[in-house]
Amino acid sequence: MDFIGAYAPSHLTFLLEGFWLTLQVAFLAIVFSFAIAIVVGVLRYANIPGVSQALATVVELIRNLPLLLIIFFTYFALPEVGIKLDKFYAAVLALVIFEAAMLSEIVRSGLKSVEKGQIEAARSSGLTYVQTLWHIILPQALRRMVPPIVSQFISLLKDTSLAVVIALPELMNHAQIINGRNVNYVIPTFLLVAVMYFVVNYALSIVSKRLENKHA
Amino acid sequence: MKTKNVWKKIAGMGLVLMLSATALAGCGGAKSEGGTASTGAGAAAGTGTLAKIKERDKFVVGVKYDLNLFGLKDPASGNVEGFDIDIAKAIAKKVLGDENKIELKEVTSKTRIPMLKNGEIDAIIATMTITEDRKKEVDFSDVYFLAGQSLLVKKDSPINGLKDLQKGMKVLTAKGSTSAKNIRASAPDVEVLEFENYAEAFTALKAGQGDALTTDNALLYGMAKQDPNYRVTEETFTEEPYGIAINKGDAEFVKAVNDLLKEMKENGEYDKIYEKWIGEKPKK
Amino acid sequence: MIDFSILFDHWDMYLEGFWNTVQASLLALVGSFVLGTLFAIFRISPIRPLNWIGTAYVEFVRNIPLILVVFLFFVGLPAMGILLAPFVAGTLGLTVYTAAFIAETIRAGILAVPKGQMEAARSSGLTYGQAMRYIILPQAIKVVIPPMGNQFINLVKNSSVLGVIAGLDLMYFGDLISADTFVTFDVYIFVAIFYLILTLPLSMLVSYWERRLAGSR
Repeated sequence: MDFIGAYAPSHLTFLLEGFWLTLQVAFLAIVFSFAIAIVVGVLRYANIPGVSQALATVVELIRNLPLLLIIFFTYFALPEVGIKLDKFYAAVLALVIFEAAMLSEIVRSGLKSVEKGQIEAARSSGLTYVQTLWHIILPQALRRMVPPIVSQFISLLKDTSLAVVIALPELMNHAQIINGRNVNYVIPTFLLVAVMYFVVNYALSIVSKRLENKHA
Repeated sequence: MKTKNVWKKIAGMGLVLMLSATALAGCGGAKSEGGTASTGAGAAAGTGTLAKIKERDKFVVGVKYDLNLFGLKDPASGNVEGFDIDIAKAIAKKVLGDENKIELKEVTSKTRIPMLKNGEIDAIIATMTITEDRKKEVDFSDVYFLAGQSLLVKKDSPINGLKDLQKGMKVLTAKGSTSAKNIRASAPDVEVLEFENYAEAFTALKAGQGDALTTDNALLYGMAKQDPNYRVTEETFTEEPYGIAINKGDAEFVKAVNDLLKEMKENGEYDKIYEKWIGEKPKK
Repeated sequence: MIDFSILFDHWDMYLEGFWNTVQASLLALVGSFVLGTLFAIFRISPIRPLNWIGTAYVEFVRNIPLILVVFLFFVGLPAMGILLAPFVAGTLGLTVYTAAFIAETIRAGILAVPKGQMEAARSSGLTYGQAMRYIILPQAIKVVIPPMGNQFINLVKNSSVLGVIAGLDLMYFGDLISADTFVTFDVYIFVAIFYLILTLPLSMLVSYWERRLAGSR
């Protein structure tokens, strides 16, 4: 095992470049999937005839497929029906689709967990359904959902590594390029990469615990 | 009410996040290599690649990043170098007048055709063998390199050729390559494992996950050069003519490339590139 | 619209991949359950060093990507002298990774069992181990079945990573068929259907079980 060779400054910079792309992909995916998840979660909770059912079916299908497959789809298969995306946007789209489906379930169960008493009190004070949703239900639901949501974000960050199969130049991809030079770099490089993911994700989970305690 | 303020805060944060996300997407998309938005309008028909290249003032070409001698990315310098890259540069010089007006994108045997078809790249110069099957999907230039499939084995391996491959042995290669198809046909008893690219396959070989790696001998020589613990078996059991792949129906571009290749072979430029990477003059 | 001939021409490849996916998922399920239970017990054990080992394992593994764990088993271990075939390396990687999540689930399940139970068990003369085995764990397990069901679904989905190390699973054969036919959309639609055959029923089972549990409270 060659730690010195593996950790040459140029290699470290190369890994950081890959990590930066990882973070960019993750950030975009988190923001958009969260936004979509709230919309979908609310629409399903509101039990709008037709719409809620259709969304439920779509969500169930996506949630039960491997993310790797969805990445392949957005990058290789969509072009066959006319939608052409490059690696970066294919990866982001795949992540957004998958994570939005997962998050929408968390949002939905969070909404359902708000006590009926609250809703009744709000409605009888004259608030419309939408106002109740916006001011009473959603805020409480979101607060309760902080841990599972952050947990899903952590998953998202890790899942960016799957884009290595479409040669997106993110962290895992750069690690493999370094490994390819010398088989003795494999373990040192992978260990460093593991630490990089760990540091960011562990920090996220600590933020989650703090947020949870603050609003308990 | 307390909830109202918290909610306003969350909404505000969300708005800021959204705005910064779109801002990031803008520069992140342009900066990162794989991030340029698709320029593939009309690429499916393939008409006018030459015009597109001239308009963009850049030749976007798909090359390998993991093959020593043909297309190898150096993590230290960040540069991608190899035979294929030099050919690509020559094309850029011919069409745009400057060999540096070039953008390289990583392809693997698996991703190259989809990337060409969806317009992400103008051409594939990535150790791609011309086959009848592939001709149905893309158009090829004339042959720009002639290789033959062979085996890469450990220095002290008892394997010296196809005949030494026995049942129970594992041969590694890359998904989507002609090497994969050929080895299954030539050595049906052997277990063939396919990986995302040759770098992965070679790492797997070095880890002992296979008895041999198979692909074109030119590529194998590059790998053996990187790691002297491995050698290339002498006999080649197929002929692998490399061609530059271009979207179907773009006869103009194909002709331009073929003219250039002919020119290079006649004025010695081709020989120079060949000698630079392969270390000997091309056999006539 | 969709070219079914691709499915029929490559039926045996799809089937082999499907079967290997099932095997990997089942093996990893059993393995990670055992390993996860072990680490869960470590985490709540009164023995300090065990606590530390359990926490370190769970916290570290949960925060790194699965594909990294699998690569470590596939090309990392050989560097230390242990060579594993792709399917084995992949399944072991899946097991070790999933165990970290199951450990947390089971720990939550154990903690959900009222403290009084353990005290009552001990004061009736049972050792810590016996109390765990006969009183606490059975109750914990009932609570954890829905989350475990979800973990199994995750396992089936995650097993797709085997395709990256030539693990002969459904994704791997999908890749081969796609390379062979130059088609992607149809090939992967069939792959998707095969996965759904596994995950959709499981998903419905988990929902059913969740509703039953909610009802029995």
